[in-house]
Amino acid sequence: MQNFLIFAILILGFIITFQIARASEFVSVIRGEEKTRKQTNKINAALLLVFLIVGMFGVYWTQHTLGDKILKLGTSASDHGILVDRMIKYTLIATGIVFVGTQTLLFWYSFKYQESDKRTVYYFPHNNKLELLWTVVPAIVLTILIGFGIVYWYRITGAAPANAMQIEVTGSQFKWEFRYPGKDGVFGKKYYKNIDEANDNPLGQIWEDAANHDDIYESGQIHLVVGKPVKLIIGAKDVIHSVGLPHFRLKMDAVPGTPTTLWFTPIKTTKDMIKETGNGKFVYEIACDQMCGAGHTGMRGEIIVETQEEFDQWMASQKPKYVQMKEAAAAPAAPAAAAKDSVAAPAPATADSITAAGAAKKDSTAK
Amino acid sequence: MSDTLHIQHEVASHGHSGEPHMHHHKETFISKYIFSMDHKMIAKQFLVTGIIWAIIGGLFSVLFRLQLGFPDQSFPILETFFGRWAEGGKIKPEFYYALTTMHGTVLIFFVLTAGLSGTFANLLIPLQVGARDMASPFMNMLSFWFFFAASIVMLSSLFTQTGPAAGGWTVYPPLSALGLASQGSKSGMDLWIIAMTLFVASQLLGGLNYISTILNMRTKGMSMTRMPLTIWAILFTAILGVLSFPVLLSGLVLLMFDRHLGTSFYLSDIFVAGQALPNEGGSAILYQHLFWFLGHPEVYIIILPTMGLASEILAINSRKPVFGYMAMIASLMAICVLAFLVWAHHMFVTGLNPFLGSVFVLLTLLIAIPSAIKVFNWITTIWRGNIRFTPAMLFAIGFVSIFISGGLTGIWLGNSTIDIHLHDTMFVIAHFHIVMGVSAFFGMFAGIYHWFPKLFGRFMNNTLGYIHFWVTLACAYLIFWPMHYQGMAGMPRRYLDKSSWVSFSQFHSLDAMITVATIIAFSVQLMFVFNYFYSMYKGRRVRSQNPWGATTLEWTTPIHPGHGNWEGEIPEVHRWAYDYSKDGRDFIPQTEPVGEDESAH
Repeated sequence: MQNFLIFAILILGFIITFQIARASEFVSVIRGEEKTRKQTNKINAALLLVFLIVGMFGVYWTQHTLGDKILKLGTSASDHGILVDRMIKYTLIATGIVFVGTQTLLFWYSFKYQESDKRTVYYFPHNNKLELLWTVVPAIVLTILIGFGIVYWYRITGAAPANAMQIEVTGSQFKWEFRYPGKDGVFGKKYYKNIDEANDNPLGQIWEDAANHDDIYESGQIHLVVGKPVKLIIGAKDVIHSVGLPHFRLKMDAVPGTPTTLWFTPIKTTKDMIKETGNGKFVYEIACDQMCGAGHTGMRGEIIVETQEEFDQWMASQKPKYVQMKEAAAAPAAPAAAAKDSVAAPAPATADSITAAGAAKKDSTAK
Repeated sequence: MSDTLHIQHEVASHGHSGEPHMHHHKETFISKYIFSMDHKMIAKQFLVTGIIWAIIGGLFSVLFRLQLGFPDQSFPILETFFGRWAEGGKIKPEFYYALTTMHGTVLIFFVLTAGLSGTFANLLIPLQVGARDMASPFMNMLSFWFFFAASIVMLSSLFTQTGPAAGGWTVYPPLSALGLASQGSKSGMDLWIIAMTLFVASQLLGGLNYISTILNMRTKGMSMTRMPLTIWAILFTAILGVLSFPVLLSGLVLLMFDRHLGTSFYLSDIFVAGQALPNEGGSAILYQHLFWFLGHPEVYIIILPTMGLASEILAINSRKPVFGYMAMIASLMAICVLAFLVWAHHMFVTGLNPFLGSVFVLLTLLIAIPSAIKVFNWITTIWRGNIRFTPAMLFAIGFVSIFISGGLTGIWLGNSTIDIHLHDTMFVIAHFHIVMGVSAFFGMFAGIYHWFPKLFGRFMNNTLGYIHFWVTLACAYLIFWPMHYQGMAGMPRRYLDKSSWVSFSQFHSLDAMITVATIIAFSVQLMFVFNYFYSMYKGRRVRSQNPWGATTLEWTTPIHPGHGNWEGEIPEVHRWAYDYSKDGRDFIPQTEPVGEDESAH
């Protein structure tokens, strides 16, 4: 019923508009088309000027109401983000001036040079000086923007420092998984055909590679150390995802079969950000930025940035996936283990699985 | 060539009885309205098909905006129409992504490429260069029918069990290659690829025709530098299309192979839906290169024709020559060349080599120079003019305004340092909807209002035209301006419900406002469509041959030109297309010889 009413009102409104429009055509014929045309011309010219003024006020008002809902320039939580913010600021200034200038001229001239019997049009087909001017000036401004952009770009995409903490990020429909290299600082090899979620191997780690035995697996959330560079080694299991880090002003796609990297230094802890934003629920979020299927909207991860002590404490409480896998395998297999004593012990089990996963031939982990 | 032409009888008002070229040939309904080879009829066919697609594509955006604006509310009417896709009146994610994907595909390819170029290239090329028809009227007819076939296939994909393609209009694999990864990548995706293949065939048939007609069939005296800017713009558009659409096709063919023949062009190391696929060694990024090699020129295929239309309309209604004609051509050419060299700016965050990235930053920002030249030239064109605000003129001014707003954010996104933050956020949505969506529509509306008298011998209703313009302009800014702010909050695109996010859930009322504005804008477009069809039959009749006082050749044809356009000889051209307000005369048609005491320009 409500739908019907809305529909009826719309139709009615349309019919009224149409009738007015049609009547205005008749009226114009009666009054003289030329006279009506001139009058409409004045109205439209005036409206163009009004639009300019209202529009510019709208620009101000949008900034006024939405300005504190965005990531404020200069408040980035990473060192690279500061460069991004600075680049945005320079670009905003340059484009802002051009925006106000050209829009004002466009609407003002439209209003000012509206048709009038008194005006003689200025025949002005070209002017080399002017054309040169507005080729050269934009070129100079753009050169400056390109210069800053490329310098910052190289700084952001350059090689990560040697002391950077490494974390492997894996996207899949519709979750984020992570791996720390553990005490040895080396990621164990993995192969996608080894992925076996039921048996505690969500990343396809090759267990016979001893480097895998201390690798820490995390799902949904990672911890970073404030002030310490971190290098993300990014991959995906199924389709393309993208690691979006809005507060760090960074982003990198996760492509199946082609690992990518991204590094930065977090400069504000989660607690700092809670204080700064005044939002008690604040948490750094990882947003999937590349369309990845029906659950794309919910593909969310979290980052906790903390001090080195807090991080060490947290890390100490984590158990490598390999150990978890062994424990899980031991529990139900206990009766069977009685017959075959060797299963529970780590070392021989590794030997067993070498034959099982003998087909493993590929190292898809970027070093 | 003129021997084979069928000249319509409709225009019997002139007494040229002894025309040697005229054959009084009776046309059937089918040869006149359906399998027509008359470029004007083909233009109308493209336009009407484009309008129908625009309504469908626009309606899709209204539907998904309902979800975005009111994520907590249910709309039982949706279930009535869409059944299990909107159970309980709530749009399902699969449905949402199908809607956005089809919205993009339909509007970019079917409306703003085929509907726009198809209409104005077909209508204006022969009329403005002085030819009786296209170089190959038959290929021209095929071009429309391939487009029509593509339309049918694409439309049928909407009705498949698993729905149409739903991986975004760019259909990146592996998502689009694996039915296991998404419902929309099942049969809907096959139909999408088939439809686009037919579409590419249509574009090539059309584009080759446009180029050869412009290069070979200009009337006597119509040198290249006397052509109106519309024709220059269409020429570059056609060149872009002919060189880039085949690359898209190759990308799609490989995608089809990956989907059905077990190849691994784009697939590698994939574990999806609990199983590891055998494919190894492919590169998902390869597809993106192939796609964007068309995809970027595509945005210029959309915007260049409207630049031409706007230039023409601004000059005519300012009663002033377009400023810097040669600079306008040069900038069109520069855009055309650069369009091929910037595609990887869509791929800054795919792991692209940073050095390569910096080259693409340089080339991308270079495009801002010819674009800036065009904007300054348009503004100078209206400066000290004597402006008549016809609906077409208002839309042309609106086009410039919108193009400025959207073009400037291109300088943001083209800079990889900023793009690494704003890539794939709502900022991008705002940018490209403004710069190539809305502004191309503004140019297209300007063109339709302006050339409607030539199409149908009648005017569109002015009052409805003015309402259409003002509401559309206001809504365009209301809808897309605030989206920049969502992007500046880092909000990713293609999120259908932000409530579970800490960082992106602060825009509730804004999203609702945008949705309301979208509905208003859509209703006004329906009003425009009504105006179009009503005026076709009941509009004010055109009484003079040249209602706008324009210099170009199309206004030297009869009010209802038959097939062949001119009765008798094709007029000869003696000057460029922009002699407005020269030597104290309001305008001097191109057909008038240069007088002895005339000042040179």
